[in-house]
Amino acid sequence: MATLEIKDLHASVTTDEGAKEILKGVNLTVNSGEIHAIMGPNGSGKSTLSYAIAGHPKYHVTSGEVLLDGENVLEMSVDERARAGLFLAMQYPVEVPGVSMSNFLRTAATAVRGDAPKLRHWVKEVKDEMTKLEISGEFADRSVNEGFSGGEKKRHEILQMALLKPKFAVLDETDSGLDVDALRVVSQSVNEVAEATDIGVMLITHYTRILKHIQPDVVHVFAGGKIVESGGKDLADDLEENGYVKYIGKPEPAKL
Amino acid sequence: MTVAENNVATAAEAVIPAASRAERFTGYDVEAFEVPGGREENWRFTPMKRLRGLHNGTAVADGAVTVDVDATTDVKVEVVGREDERLGIAGAPSDRVSAQAYSSFTEATVVTVPADTKPEKSTLVRVTGPGEGKTAYGHLQLRVEAFGNASIVLDHVGSGTYADNVEFVVGEGAKLTVVSVQDWADDAVHVSEQHLWLGKDATLKHTVVTLGGDLVRVSPTARFAEAGGDVEMLGLYFADAGQHQEHRLFVDHAVPHCRSNVMYKGALQGDGARSVWIGDVLIRAAAEATETYELNRNLVLTEGARADSVPNLEIETGEIEGAGHASATGRFDDEQLFYLQSRGIAEDQARRLVVRGFFHEILMKIDVPEVRERLEAAIEAELEAIETETATA
Ligand SMILES: Nc1ncnc2c1ncn2[C@@H]1O[C@H](COP(=O)(O)OP(=O)(O)OP(=O)(O)O)[C@@H](O)[C@H]1O
Ligand SMILES: [Mg+2]
Repeated sequence: MATLEIKDLHASVTTDEGAKEILKGVNLTVNSGEIHAIMGPNGSGKSTLSYAIAGHPKYHVTSGEVLLDGENVLEMSVDERARAGLFLAMQYPVEVPGVSMSNFLRTAATAVRGDAPKLRHWVKEVKDEMTKLEISGEFADRSVNEGFSGGEKKRHEILQMALLKPKFAVLDETDSGLDVDALRVVSQSVNEVAEATDIGVMLITHYTRILKHIQPDVVHVFAGGKIVESGGKDLADDLEENGYVKYIGKPEPAKL
Repeated sequence: MTVAENNVATAAEAVIPAASRAERFTGYDVEAFEVPGGREENWRFTPMKRLRGLHNGTAVADGAVTVDVDATTDVKVEVVGREDERLGIAGAPSDRVSAQAYSSFTEATVVTVPADTKPEKSTLVRVTGPGEGKTAYGHLQLRVEAFGNASIVLDHVGSGTYADNVEFVVGEGAKLTVVSVQDWADDAVHVSEQHLWLGKDATLKHTVVTLGGDLVRVSPTARFAEAGGDVEMLGLYFADAGQHQEHRLFVDHAVPHCRSNVMYKGALQGDGARSVWIGDVLIRAAAEATETYELNRNLVLTEGARADSVPNLEIETGEIEGAGHASATGRFDDEQLFYLQSRGIAEDQARRLVVRGFFHEILMKIDVPEVRERLEAAIEAELEAIETETATA
């Protein structure tokens, strides 16, 4: 059983006009096996929260804590965080030209596991996960994310999660840009990983449609740089119905 | 990285230089050239002081390079005097240093792959510098006669100051793959004009790799004698602290139905690391159905390094197949680094992956296995240096 605790987290981004505070006191505890859905209007700081947890150099934590089983995550480098068991499926995965997907996956797995996986097992493992996600084998030889469609990028983020088996994963709008079939296979993979590894998940989304496939234990409303309300699945339905108007003071219906 | 890609129309209006490349003076006699001061278009990026007098006549030859050729028996190797009539046919020097080299060399090495011959293995031509503090001038001609097919590695090692002209003469229907490696010691200054001459339906793949030296300036010029020529010009350079690496290309399309494809990529790291890339492509009125593309990319790995990149595309006929260019200089991409690190890959390894990835495209095109392996090793060695630099930073 592992715990990820976010305590009164404040973070800012450096802009041309100086530092701009985006996270304004985020409090959240996620335990192994739990799925937390996080919903909130555009620009409220959801991706910033994900990046701050992962350690993106553009975002500066000004106060607060992120603890993984009591260990201070904020003192770790980006790669140390990943090796400690944190994973971020990015809203906009980055293209890395000239680095093949297969080389990348193996290098990452070697780093996270501490040993190079045995080649024969590894090939099968990757192939199995790719099959589940309905990713064709030719992607192994392509450069990381280069020229991938939006949906293909998202599938590959989940492929990486399945192979790296983190303790906690933040899925930042993994469902955006997925067609109906892709949404189903991606959700299935997430559920399988959840069952097999007892992973804790923070699922950032604008849509309740993914919550029909992945059952959240808790739903949080994220607005103005912090969590403003938490509840059960019915909170998501309420958001879909009424939007975020009561949290941000102006009408902005959640997209269907 | 910001990328400027242009199609014919925008390229034509965007990049016509002040003076047409067609008007650049060329000649074999050094006295016909004025001594450059450093502001000329041709010299404005070169630190003149570091030329050690190659440009103004004060660099007197007091040494000689050693040229070793390792070739199969079907390849002919000759050392000839200045009077040999074959010399100079691939083109005349286009700057004063090359003309100085042409006016000063005493003997030339001519390597000939005879007609219809395909040697079993690649020929190695190794040029060793005159030694620290010494100056030399040289001349080389590498010929592949009609329908021959060869691969040549031209390797530059050692110390000293050296200016030369290298001629690549590719006969009718012949194929030549050549890699010129500048792997000089830290003190070396090398100024080289490389004249690429393609006969009817000839194919030439010319690769320049610059790693070592204090100042290296290589100017490859490609000319087509008749229709059907196909030249691919590739380059890879890695400039470290204090190094000046300059590559000035000129592709002169003067006859119809020829192709040229240029791809140069460079990485720079360390204080005062400097690279210059000039890509002049001229499509003259007669050069109908020309197909050309040129690309230069630079990756600036650390503060204090600087890359200049100037593509010039001049088009004098509307009847072309296609023409385009792209040039981009980018700093090391932190987003790529973050992405790789967020998957557990340590920073130094992530950096190496990104730089290797950057060069991958060009390494894949170098089809002389010995050279590719050596380059991979050389890039690894450069990357080790990044690691120590960032570790101590
Ligand atoms: N590098 C940056 N420079 C300037 N502003 C930034 C930067 N990164 C984020 N911001 C701003 O911070 C705010 C929060 O952005 P963030 O991407 O975290 O929102 P989000 O909740 O993920 O939105 P969405 O639902 O659209 O993905 C936005 O107003 C955004 O413009
Ligand atoms: Mg976002």
